Amino acid sequence: MTGKPQDKTEPAAPPAISNEPRATLGAQIVIDALEQEGTEVAFGFPGGAIIDVFDMLNRSEKIRFVLVRHEQGAMHMAEGYARSTGKVGVVLVTSGPGATNTVTGLADAYMDSIPLVVISGQVATPLIGNDAFQEADVVGITRPVTKHNYLVKNVRELPQILRNAFHIARTGRPGPVVVDIPKDIQKATLEHGVYPDEPLLPGYHVRTSAPIEKVKQAWDLIKRSKRPLIYAGGGVINADAADELFQFATRANIPVTTTLMGLGAFPETHPLSLLMLGMHGTVYANKAVQTCDVLIAIGSRFDDRVTGKISEFAPNAKIIHADIDPSSISKNVEVDVDLVGDAKNILRDLNKLADRCDTDEWVELITQWKNQYPLRYNHCGDEEIKPQYLIEQVCRLAPDDAIIASEVGQHQMWTAQYYTFTRPRCWLTSGGLGTMGYGFPAAIGAQVAHPGRLVIDIAGDGSIQMNIQEMATAVYNNLPVKVVIVNNGWLGMVRQWQDLFYQKNYSATELVRPRPAKDPSSYGSWEGQDYRPNFAELARAYGAWGKRVTKRSELEPALKEAFSNDQLCLIDVWVTREENVYPMVPAGASLNQMLEGMA
Amino acid sequence: MATNANNGNQEFIRHIFFVLVENRSGVLARVAGLFSARGYNIESLSVAETENPQVSRMTIVVPGDRNIMSQVRKQLSKLVDTLEVHDFSVEDRDIVDREMILVKVSADDGTKRTQILQIANVYRAKIVNLSEQSMIVEATGNQGKIHALLQCLEPYGILEVARSGRVAMARGISEKT
Ligand SMILES: Cc1cc2nc3c(=O)[nH]c(=O)nc-3n(C[C@H](O)[C@H](O)[C@H](O)COP(=O)(O)OP(=O)(O)OC[C@H]3O[C@@H](n4cnc5c(N)ncnc54)[C@H](O)[C@@H]3O)c2cc1C
Ligand SMILES: Cc1ncc(C[n+]2csc(CCOP(=O)(O)OP(=O)(O)O)c2C)c(N)n1
Ligand SMILES: [Mg+2]
Repeated sequence: MTGKPQDKTEPAAPPAISNEPRATLGAQIVIDALEQEGTEVAFGFPGGAIIDVFDMLNRSEKIRFVLVRHEQGAMHMAEGYARSTGKVGVVLVTSGPGATNTVTGLADAYMDSIPLVVISGQVATPLIGNDAFQEADVVGITRPVTKHNYLVKNVRELPQILRNAFHIARTGRPGPVVVDIPKDIQKATLEHGVYPDEPLLPGYHVRTSAPIEKVKQAWDLIKRSKRPLIYAGGGVINADAADELFQFATRANIPVTTTLMGLGAFPETHPLSLLMLGMHGTVYANKAVQTCDVLIAIGSRFDDRVTGKISEFAPNAKIIHADIDPSSISKNVEVDVDLVGDAKNILRDLNKLADRCDTDEWVELITQWKNQYPLRYNHCGDEEIKPQYLIEQVCRLAPDDAIIASEVGQHQMWTAQYYTFTRPRCWLTSGGLGTMGYGFPAAIGAQVAHPGRLVIDIAGDGSIQMNIQEMATAVYNNLPVKVVIVNNGWLGMVRQWQDLFYQKNYSATELVRPRPAKDPSSYGSWEGQDYRPNFAELARAYGAWGKRVTKRSELEPALKEAFSNDQLCLIDVWVTREENVYPMVPAGASLNQMLEGMA
Repeated sequence: MATNANNGNQEFIRHIFFVLVENRSGVLARVAGLFSARGYNIESLSVAETENPQVSRMTIVVPGDRNIMSQVRKQLSKLVDTLEVHDFSVEDRDIVDREMILVKVSADDGTKRTQILQIANVYRAKIVNLSEQSMIVEATGNQGKIHALLQCLEPYGILEVARSGRVAMARGISEKT
């Protein structure tokens, strides 16, 4: 399966603005800046207030533009593009509704440390503040969900602001930056514009390496410990430090558990891997956290889905925390040794000191737990498809370098648990904000960057409907993403909470035709149901390949066909409806209190 | 031992933050937004340009516990527009802190006026406006002095008060640490 190969190689000659100063339009400065920053693709949607930039955009030979069907789609595409490549994702939108439609994506990227530059058109400077047509206070609205934002007030500032925006987005803890450009500034001319080589940010400092004494102190603590544990997060992916982490863990013989955002930072096939920790983590990862004597957090931020009840988290452990963001240190949990810097550099420094620790007994104990408490589920009936089984089959049939995206809900957790992640930047998910509708556009964005690779969105039947309009984008741009819907006919994750904590009062969570509330016996079944929309037919209506699978025997052939053809494909898999995700630590409970569910 | 960073050290304290920021539009909103988004309180805040017109100085008095102070410090430093952050306990003797106050006091007869004038003299305050019904007293000082002055004026009937918020500065050559 391949998409149309795109010959977008590294940008060659620098554009005019950098070398020979000349009069340039604001709109042209934007395009030149994108080229200068190495932007190969931008996602977005036009409108009156950004039309000047689009007027220049399609004259650029270096920038591919992907026209979406909803600005939220553009945001998640840029996120998928950025996460799968490590580059900055770029989005262009118009003022007012165009810009407000980016807010969810900004909040998502801000939480999950995704580098984005979003350029929005704004009404002309003299109209600002007058409730002009399609005016919104974009810097005001986006301030709390961006790493930084700018309203450009003079065309003279534009080149430096754009240079700063890219720098801020990609360095330190990465994040989204908005540059709001009024229409008159896009039309204004700048004499002698030069694209600056350097950002001008006197107040912005990134600490790249931790002081060496601190690294020594951390290593001494680890070396003296009996039960060390590495808790690796998304920061290891951001830092491209998976190799260094592997070296460190294997050299020192320390087990590794990863967060949802850190999946792929350490190969899950390795005996030292404990898979994911936290609310839906493995029993053995959480037991290891509760038993370890030194917890080494690397690029992870002690999220409450990880720690459970904080006062009972890792009760026996000294805590070492490596993070590039000083405000992340001791935010939720008091830290004993703080290592502020880039995870790659910190791990390199640690590797210079590391040798094998005395951990054989500890690793042995953990291995016993692994055998005692594996992830497990039961099959029932010959043809029923358990969601966990579905994920295992996708994993078995997909190549090692496949990129997996997910939406948000039970299917996301089952993917985290049952898909075996072995490489960084192959897992795209919305962890911090938990944005339904993230996965499909994120997969499209990743496919743009990796035309030759298999990109799969593992979707829920609820979430997929939040950005399903992007099928048109994928079809017209020849982006052969594979959407596998784990269809349970529910907003399953919410239903699970209602099941466990609200006496099965399934209020507003059933997505198929509502049944009389008196008849709860029919809840778990597909009997007599006909899902609307018919996803397979909808896919066909968009010009994609679509198939509904309701029997286990049909599953493998359908997946194989979809994975080998070169079209956008959608497989709607009807799974056992009332399945819950286990293990589970109820929100706010201690990690010791895992619900193991059925065995 | 993992301790909740939000539970230990709950002793109530008060810090004065001096923050030097780039003098750009939106910076004040960014700082104020940081406090509201994270649920920290601001007791007083004052902002103005410094000797360098590109730089503004904010003085922010923050009540809370030790962990809140540490998060406020980190979060303020993290803002892209922030150049420097320093903070001191309000009790710290290494800082000088002052507030300016305007008080409109009811003064409708000669005796009252004379008395108010005397009080003003004691506190080295000035009368900056006089009308048939009232006087405006202007004073500058630390919190103790301002508080005492207000108490003395209280019996005459305070009609209006405007306070600048505290501004503060470290003693010695430079506050840079
Ligand atoms: C339904 C649902 C259930 C969930 N259940 C779980 C669960 O069971 N387990 C779980 O783990 N999560 C779960 N999550 C996700 C959770 O909400 C958080 O998103 C996740 O735990 C955060 O991952 P992280 O700690 O790796 O931090 P990230 O959000 O990835 O943050 C990265 C951290 O690394 C730092 N960093 C960034 N770049 C660098 C660098 N170059 N060098 C060093 N440090 C860097 C950042 O400052 C930050 O502190 C769930 C989410 C949803 C939606
Ligand atoms: C935009 C948005 N709205 C609401 C939620 C709350 N929510 C979390 S999971 C979930 C259910 C998702 O249903 P589905 O996509 O079918 O996945 P399932 O849990 O059934 O696998 C909901 C409604 C959310 N995460 N995002
Ligand atoms: Mg569902």
